[in-house]
Amino acid sequence: MTDLHTLSIVGLAEGLRRREYSAAELTQHFMERISKSNTLLNAVITLAEEQAAATAEQADVRIAAGDAEPLTGIPLLHKDIFCTDGIRTSCGSKMLDAFIAPYDATVVARLSAAGAVMLGKTNMDEFAMGSSNEASYYGPVRNPWDIERVPGGSSGGSAAVVAARLAPAATGSDTGGSIRQPAALCGVTGLKPTYGRISRYGMVAFASSLDQAGTLSADARDAALLLNVMAGFDQRDSTSIDHPVPDYTAILDNSLDGLKIGIAEEFFDAGLDDGVASQVQAAIRQLEVLGASIKNISLPHMKVSVATYYVVASAECSSNLSRMDGVRFGYRCENPKDPGDMYARSRSKGFGAEVKRRIMIGTYVLSAGFYDAYYLKAQRVRRVIADDFKRAFDDVDLIVGPTTPETAFTLNEKASDPIRMYLSDIYTIAANLAGLPAMSIPCGFSQGLPVGLHLIGNLFDEARLLNVAHQYQRHTDWHSRVPERFLQEIP
Amino acid sequence: MTVWETVIGLEIHVRLLTCSKLFSGASTTYGAEPNSLACAVDLGLPGVLPMVNEEVFRKAVRFGLGVNAEISRCSVFDRKNYFYPDLPKGYQISQLYLPVVSKGELEINVGDGNSSKVIGITRAHLEEDAGKSLHEDFAGMSGIDLNRAGTPLLEIVSEPDMRSASEAVAYMKAMHTLVRYLEISDGNMQEGSFRCDANVSVRAQGQAEFGTRTEIKNLNSFRFVERAINHEVERQTDILENGGEVMQETRLYDSDRDETRSMRSKEEANDYRYFPDPDLLPVIIDDAYIEAVRQFMPELPNAKRNRFIQELGLSAYDAAVLTGSREIADYYEAVLAEAGEARLSANWVIVELVGALNSDGLDIRQSPVSAKRLGGLIRRIDDNTISGKIGKQIFRQMWCSEDDADTIIEARGLRQITDNSAIEDMIDKVLADSPRQVEQYRAGQKKVLGYFVGQVMRASQGRANPQQVNGILRSRLKN
Amino acid sequence: MVLSGAQVRDIAWLARLQIDEADIGQYAAELSRVLELIRQMNEVDTDDVIAMAHPTDAVQRLRADKVTEVDQREKLQALAPLAESGLYLVPRVIE
Repeated sequence: MTDLHTLSIVGLAEGLRRREYSAAELTQHFMERISKSNTLLNAVITLAEEQAAATAEQADVRIAAGDAEPLTGIPLLHKDIFCTDGIRTSCGSKMLDAFIAPYDATVVARLSAAGAVMLGKTNMDEFAMGSSNEASYYGPVRNPWDIERVPGGSSGGSAAVVAARLAPAATGSDTGGSIRQPAALCGVTGLKPTYGRISRYGMVAFASSLDQAGTLSADARDAALLLNVMAGFDQRDSTSIDHPVPDYTAILDNSLDGLKIGIAEEFFDAGLDDGVASQVQAAIRQLEVLGASIKNISLPHMKVSVATYYVVASAECSSNLSRMDGVRFGYRCENPKDPGDMYARSRSKGFGAEVKRRIMIGTYVLSAGFYDAYYLKAQRVRRVIADDFKRAFDDVDLIVGPTTPETAFTLNEKASDPIRMYLSDIYTIAANLAGLPAMSIPCGFSQGLPVGLHLIGNLFDEARLLNVAHQYQRHTDWHSRVPERFLQEIP
Repeated sequence: MTVWETVIGLEIHVRLLTCSKLFSGASTTYGAEPNSLACAVDLGLPGVLPMVNEEVFRKAVRFGLGVNAEISRCSVFDRKNYFYPDLPKGYQISQLYLPVVSKGELEINVGDGNSSKVIGITRAHLEEDAGKSLHEDFAGMSGIDLNRAGTPLLEIVSEPDMRSASEAVAYMKAMHTLVRYLEISDGNMQEGSFRCDANVSVRAQGQAEFGTRTEIKNLNSFRFVERAINHEVERQTDILENGGEVMQETRLYDSDRDETRSMRSKEEANDYRYFPDPDLLPVIIDDAYIEAVRQFMPELPNAKRNRFIQELGLSAYDAAVLTGSREIADYYEAVLAEAGEARLSANWVIVELVGALNSDGLDIRQSPVSAKRLGGLIRRIDDNTISGKIGKQIFRQMWCSEDDADTIIEARGLRQITDNSAIEDMIDKVLADSPRQVEQYRAGQKKVLGYFVGQVMRASQGRANPQQVNGILRSRLKN
Repeated sequence: MVLSGAQVRDIAWLARLQIDEADIGQYAAELSRVLELIRQMNEVDTDDVIAMAHPTDAVQRLRADKVTEVDQREKLQALAPLAESGLYLVPRVIE
């Protein structure tokens, strides 16, 4: 039982079916791992012990009745951006420190219905704005590979729990790289599906036209199992897509023979760390060995994706966060003297520095006289960027590159420099602007820190992404590496 | 001395009749317990998303067809960002750039009611209503009720085509009639289902460009519109005549003091930062949809009025009264269907029915006499079963009972006497009893005829056919 | 372009954020740097490009006009900082 945490979801489900252990025991095992190591990592901000025990019990009943689905009895953690009925949903903010949603996000509801056991909620950058998880009201998350370093963000808590195997998998959300960047920095598999593939209902909105829920898991097969449950149309989210959901595990074992991979020079620019570059190049060679052919492509407008993103995302967030006004829920300042005072002080004290910065930028770019020059311009550039990809996918099946320009940086290294922080998402942002599915998978280490390989697919081509990732993972073991101190039973 | 011309444009907010809200499945019932109809979406809780109500588009298209407007094949929802305690999300979902309806027109009656004028409609867009702030007695605090938040509104923006407060009122009334004809709104002004903002400016007669305008907010009665505009015109004219400048601003009409006053300038400084709502997608309306809506379009007030004049031979006045509301028009047409005589029916509805309703303080929908029963009564007048005078007695009796005209006529023996010999008998008796009056008549005092008619009608208890009585009397008296 | 302190104050007012006077300068500097980054967009020629509001060209679905929500006032109002008699209480609103 002591090494259960080294198993993937597939392995754990197998053991559950064979009755080697119960869902209750599995839940207990991971709960203990969390309680022993969370002081160090600060990756989990809310535990749902009672609910988890109850759900695990129900899962055991289903398993005994032979009614188990692949995720029945599997413990999971949810990023604290997903509303959970009866369990605090803080979004990493003081503003929502006391907010207990009266409903489940669709993602949460679907995973619960499939029998997954929610252990609790993971730490994150406040309202998903950040790339290091230092912008959380609950303090920074530590990277399990080096606790002096950041796990990336904003789904830093989810990436860290999977890296340390405090849970087999966790949910995340990705607006500009918030699943893939921490997945890369923590050495786990992160999947951001096509925009609209998974319902956003109940996922606290950051930038509505960019936000997409996804997964952080040990490997691609587990991601496929999770996506099978999470994906699908939801009438409560008008932007979710009514497009058939395939079985994402169906083509995992396909060969990569004939696969055409695009390599964009823009992903290998001057900002890319040499150690990261060499691991990524090696991974590309490995894909060639597996049958893929390489084609050089160009994404000429990649370089303005960060600029474009900061207009679109900030504009949308400035409006999305206006509902945080201290009237119907959330933090309200002491003794407000009038509504204006209530708004200004509640919002100033309830939001952290990065959130306020982005609200200010978003407010500015939408304000009278600037709308055309900023917001409308950004929406046009957004199409130019998306068209680059469209052209590229005429020639290739998949685009591959590094997920991040460098490996995990140290705490405080970029916290005081927003621009440097923003640039750590330089390779991931374009996929959000274009709505494309993308993954980060572990592809080696540079100076002891994980390196992520970035795979970008065409719209709704998640199955192929997962197929390529799985084939790569069948022939490498980077994804099964666990930091030494978390490998064994935690003392 | 300068002659001043008033220029007015109206923005009318019409609450659309739907069961559920624009973006949520919460009920739109009026007057419920505070916040009992405010669901998570209406409250703008974190993570919730809007879902668009189809019926709202059906009604908007109906309106568009009703004012001969362009219906946008693609319309988009935008966010209007501002903070207010009764605005839950910090933004109102509205339509700025691509409204559902644009470029229409509405004909109104002006002056004596016999001339008309066409008022241009710039656009009509969908938006969600806000909640309400209640100020009474919460230890110096305001209470927020969000039941109304999210109820669907159609904001109808006119061109600045009106030149007087009375034209503005005529336009507002015509619009009120129209939306009720179309059954897209109950038009209830007390409940805020039909309210208006007026843009008012004044310029020297003959000047091409408009003067600086002010916007008067939240006018919820025809009377207030008239008074507020007149007051504002006076205020602006005073300023201009004293060489001053009108400031562009939003003003609030205070009905208690009958004046407009400036709203706080800070609110004015607001910058709504409109942008397309990223939670929603473009709404596509195709020709088939529009045609399907068109199939169920009712006859509109202006068309109905013209038909009443041309096909039924009603006077312009009667036609205008009978098309003044959907309810009276429907009532009249139901009466007509039963009675078969248009002008007599019109007269009865306008004079007797409306008079009786007014004196009892009732709405036509509450009329104790149904259109069918009234039509039955008029049919009996028309076919000479009873006289008009007896008809009025029967009508009063119907008002207090469930009986129809025929039942009352039979029960009380009110059938008109049209038998010549019976009438002749009565006349002979009256003449025999009034030798002095017969003398007078024969001596040339022809107006004594009225006396004889009165006597005969009294003798017949009002049942003798007056035309026959007249005819027979004249021939008898000749001899 | 560099934002002035006055512009920062205006933006903060619109966003209903209270910024300490002492921090205005820092905000001005940081926001100006972000705007400088943002202006890289201007390198791209976007004449004749249609604005892209969503990644997929989907259209809005419409729901039937049915009441699907039940009264949950008690549960929802438990989230409020201050509520009484079914109303959300706020400092007095002056119209």
